[in-house]
Amino acid sequence: MNHDTAVFGQTRGMGELVEVPDRVTELAPFGTELAALGAERPEIVALTADMARYSDVLPFRDAHPERFFNVGMAEQNLILTAAGLAKTGKIAYCTTYSVFVTRRAYDFVAIACAHSMADVKIFAGMPGLLNGYGATHQATEDLNMVRGIADLTVIDPCDATELRQVVRAVADIPGTVYVRLLRGNVPVELGPDYRFVPGQAALLREGSGVGVISTGYMTARALEAARRAQRDGVRAGVLHVPTIKPFDTEAVLDFAGRFDRLVVAENHKTTGGLATLVTEAMFDAGLLRPVLRVGLADEFFECGSQEYLEAKYGLDLPRMVRALVDGT
Amino acid sequence: MSTTSAAPAAVDVLALRDKAHALRRSMMEMTRGKGEGYIAQGLGIADVLAALYFSELRHDPARPDWPDRDRFLLSTGHYSIAMYAVLAEAGYLDPAELPTYGLNGSRLPMSTFDTTPGVEIVGGSLGHGLGQGVGMALGLRLDGSPARVFVELSDGELDEGSTWESAMGGATFGCDNLVALVDCNGIQADGPVTVAIEPVADKFTAFGWTTQEIDGNDMQALVDALQACRARDGRPKAIVLRTTPGCGVPSLVDRPRAHFVRVTDAEWADLMDELEASRGR
Repeated sequence: MNHDTAVFGQTRGMGELVEVPDRVTELAPFGTELAALGAERPEIVALTADMARYSDVLPFRDAHPERFFNVGMAEQNLILTAAGLAKTGKIAYCTTYSVFVTRRAYDFVAIACAHSMADVKIFAGMPGLLNGYGATHQATEDLNMVRGIADLTVIDPCDATELRQVVRAVADIPGTVYVRLLRGNVPVELGPDYRFVPGQAALLREGSGVGVISTGYMTARALEAARRAQRDGVRAGVLHVPTIKPFDTEAVLDFAGRFDRLVVAENHKTTGGLATLVTEAMFDAGLLRPVLRVGLADEFFECGSQEYLEAKYGLDLPRMVRALVDGT
Repeated sequence: MSTTSAAPAAVDVLALRDKAHALRRSMMEMTRGKGEGYIAQGLGIADVLAALYFSELRHDPARPDWPDRDRFLLSTGHYSIAMYAVLAEAGYLDPAELPTYGLNGSRLPMSTFDTTPGVEIVGGSLGHGLGQGVGMALGLRLDGSPARVFVELSDGELDEGSTWESAMGGATFGCDNLVALVDCNGIQADGPVTVAIEPVADKFTAFGWTTQEIDGNDMQALVDALQACRARDGRPKAIVLRTTPGCGVPSLVDRPRAHFVRVTDAEWADLMDELEASRGR
């Protein structure tokens, strides 16, 4: 890959997914996959709003400079320009932080993009607590916001393997797609046989008694917790729900019905995101089970390292293990 | 009518004035049918639309999706009455459909949707047009298309910050296939434009645009200004149009709340008489 590794090295700052010594990671799976896809499909363009370094899109810029546009710190114009490009037959991949595309450019995503089924694929960086810059930069309610927009697809990938597949899949999903972007050194959790299918949940681990329904980054945490919990005799099942909208109600209900109690885990507030969708679906179907929601409270969050924030606000591994083993 | 060549041709200004008059008649009839509408703005911009659709735009009503068509983006979706009038006159819509304007279930809603033939974007949420125009200009340039993008926006709409983000973007990317048509009619929802947006032309110039300022109800000035925008010189173009809301129907010009006008059956005939009397002014 011909990207600027010197510049790339500078991107490792607060909020980036950190390298873990005993775990496989991939550097910038989004940008490298998009650069490769761009070589195959000339209709792909990429845009950023002054977040090229911080959203891993540099490999695309370096491979296809004539199809790359940096609009500056202007998220409204980012989305509008992408919509215009899409309306001339392009597939417009956009990057900025989740907070800026949702809180700031919401009307533009809804009307200029989704309403017109414009081929705009928004890769929204550092969702939830993956950004350590405090509430201004932490998209802890973005799923709640974007799932409220009609004709919009919403995806929260788990790891580098899935993210690469999502980069390719969204090019063929008609209309506007919102993807929560994992950047930097992204863990590889899912095996080589994993296949992302838009709109479908994936059963990653069989179990009995307690079942975890999770999305995004927290699915990796759920799998790790399930392995730990097994030492205590708990065989937790894990259902990964990468597509938040459209929601795979059938798979969720089928999974939920097979367990005595459920844990829903997400890197998002426990209101308005996955837990809300799961409990609504269960209640509508008359399927009543205890559901423990692992996620963020309805508050604003501090600055800090990923480890500090996860521990303080309850997304870390001990929290997940406790949810599975003790049910608290 | 359609033009398929950008080559300058002799322009029949009198014929374009007739077209503008026909658009005004259509708008008046649509307002009568519905009893209300954004008629004042529509009458004000009739000359601009006539000049565009019957002289400047490369377009073909038989092929509304022709990739190399010039795009016209109506950012102020509530000017839809003017849009439908010109789309019917140009052959995109059956004129018999115009009386459904604003009625339940119509393809011609009070604010424009891109599902209406000839309408490029969902308008009406203000501040959306210019940025999409920038994107379209970039997309057409990538394709090597000769097509250009014309974006209508209004002075009240300049309150929206996104417009200025897009103005900077258009200049940054050197979109010389992009023309902003800024309808400065001095009114917005609460009455006269209140925010200190003047001097509008100086602002576009400062942002890197080649800017002209003209009487937007002067057909000869419109034709000349649009032709001057054909230069492919690396700069986007802006035409600041000073238009008169209600132009062509003096009683509507003077109406105190001209932003949204209700016309009763009793007064409609008088207003139509005024329109006919103003023809060929």
